[in-house]
Amino acid sequence: MTADAAPMLRELVEQRRILVCCGSGGVGKTTTAAVLAMEAARAGRRAVVVTIDPAKRLADALGLEGLTGTPSKIDGPWPGELWALMLDTKSTFDDLVVANAATPEQGQRILSNRFYRNISGALSGTQEYMAMEKLYELHQQTDFDLVVVDTPPTRNALDFIDAPRRLSRFLDHRLFRMITSPGRGVLKAVNVAAQTFLRTVSRVVGAEVIDDAVAFFQAFEGMEEGFRERADAVVGLLSDDDTAFVLVASPRRDTIAEARYFAEKLGEADISVRALIVNRMHPSFGDGLAEATRERSETLAGTDLGGLYANLAEFQLVASREEEHLAGLAAAVAPAPVVRVPFLSSDVHDVAGLTELADLML
Amino acid sequence: MDPARFFAASRLVIVAGKGGVGKTVVTATLARAAARAGLSTLVVEVEGKSGLATMYGQQQLDYDEITLSAGGGPAGEGEVKARTITPDEALLDYLHDHGLSRISKRLVSSGALDVVATAAPGIKDILILGKVKQLERSGVSDLLLLDAPAAGHAITFLQSARALLDTVRVGPINAQAREVLEMLTDHERCRLVLVTLPEETPVNELVDTAFSLEDRVGVGLAPVVVNGLYDHVPGIDAQPETAAEAAGTTLRAGEAEVLATAAEFRRDRTELQATQVSRLAEMLPLPQLKLPFVFTTEIGPAELDLLADRLLAEIEALPEAV
Repeated sequence: MTADAAPMLRELVEQRRILVCCGSGGVGKTTTAAVLAMEAARAGRRAVVVTIDPAKRLADALGLEGLTGTPSKIDGPWPGELWALMLDTKSTFDDLVVANAATPEQGQRILSNRFYRNISGALSGTQEYMAMEKLYELHQQTDFDLVVVDTPPTRNALDFIDAPRRLSRFLDHRLFRMITSPGRGVLKAVNVAAQTFLRTVSRVVGAEVIDDAVAFFQAFEGMEEGFRERADAVVGLLSDDDTAFVLVASPRRDTIAEARYFAEKLGEADISVRALIVNRMHPSFGDGLAEATRERSETLAGTDLGGLYANLAEFQLVASREEEHLAGLAAAVAPAPVVRVPFLSSDVHDVAGLTELADLML
Repeated sequence: MDPARFFAASRLVIVAGKGGVGKTVVTATLARAAARAGLSTLVVEVEGKSGLATMYGQQQLDYDEITLSAGGGPAGEGEVKARTITPDEALLDYLHDHGLSRISKRLVSSGALDVVATAAPGIKDILILGKVKQLERSGVSDLLLLDAPAAGHAITFLQSARALLDTVRVGPINAQAREVLEMLTDHERCRLVLVTLPEETPVNELVDTAFSLEDRVGVGLAPVVVNGLYDHVPGIDAQPETAAEAAGTTLRAGEAEVLATAAEFRRDRTELQATQVSRLAEMLPLPQLKLPFVFTTEIGPAELDLLADRLLAEIEALPEAV
């Protein structure tokens, strides 16, 4: 399995148009995404990586000094091109509103609404949606050969597959629709009930909070359709053959369990994992069994050699446990290749580090 | 420092750290150690699924309390209980307590909570923290451990009270935010334990989080926990052949190299870890509680006991006034 893993991952990097890196927090998703994009550049492609929340030093190394929303080019010794951008949820959303507004005035009215200004920061799923939206935009409007997207550390993979539709449902909220489109026959009676309900809610959270929301939904009137169509297009792109999902994990039991859950949920949405990348694997030393090494260390307890065996036994144990946990996940994502990446001696924060990592992966 | 005094310094202890640093393991260890020190503990999870219950050899957590370990015994151990708090459930409780039960179902089922939460960001967080405050006030246990959301979100989470005071200026939510903020900033009621790994990025993020939470929220910082340090192994610096000779034995073919490579790996990583530990000490003047790397991929009751032993020893080594 391992022998074929690298060429299979290489095939994704060189052939696909979109790679989505997903997995739980702290497993090295951002760095993995950057490596894959760089590898495409090394293969002569024009690649861009969309990162969500890179560690500061990596961001600096990639020239991502601030949220600009536009890709910046990273120079390096490759025949292709490597571009990177840090996702700016708010400006991505702003652009989407402006593009969908019937008039510039409608766009402005929405952008200046207080409720709207909260959406990018507070509404769950917005960041996921905007990551997908940016992906779509880069794919549609620019001539990148490959777009690699990092995803927010979500527990549920479906959060970001669902995010576009969930948000369009939210923007089409039934309750607020009733209030913002008064007087349509039967709805009138319902409308009164809704008003009463909202009055009660506003007693709890304050009237201005509800007023802002109502004003927002009024301003948004007529734009839901555009948003829904766009959301469908984004979701469509995710299930396209040109798109491949790369699952990133670390070999601890809990993160493996989360990765399995992830893979299952993707499967339910008819999306298969095309590669599994496992970071932070402990190296395996020799082919001995931890148990036997442990016994030997105990026989030699108190000597330096006993200590050396004890150390070896600990690493053999942890490496074999990691492989055990990994086996179930590997079977669950089969025939996707499993790429094992060892613990690195230092954190990756420059192009040299990314290159070292790429050489280990591919 | 006496562990019982350490744990009794504030009823609420919030545990926070970047994803992957072992925040939940540390929470479980703190609970186990507090129980050993004779305190009853309630662990509160806010992110749904977590491995906490499995570490105690139990089933998944629920909104209702479950007992992770009963306590008692000859040593007079405290009981460890756990529960989750989700915004929806906390909201239902809140509305019920405020005589608004009749709208509560509709608020959740219609999805209006999402709208309200967007209108006033932080409202979900304040619902959770409000529930935590209620637990803290009611004295359900000697110690309340809150397993906070992962790093970036931890800042937003704990800042929610202050932010909401600006958005919602009157009414019960405003009162709730005020009371939560009072609790968070009272160092005798609440302290924050930050968790990190001895690696560059997690250390940087811990330092950033510590300063922003102290500045922006005013929360009291307890000692930090550095998780996953390799223990020193006697003999790790020895040459395998020399060591074999000294022990009066011989090595099989190739064995010397395997032993040497494994030893070198540990020495290198130990050195890197030590660099990060001192970097952390330079950047953040807080005492450190060091926990060892457990050479396995899963933490169960046995590993938890081992970690609790080590944590208690680290606490005892702290000076009296922390």
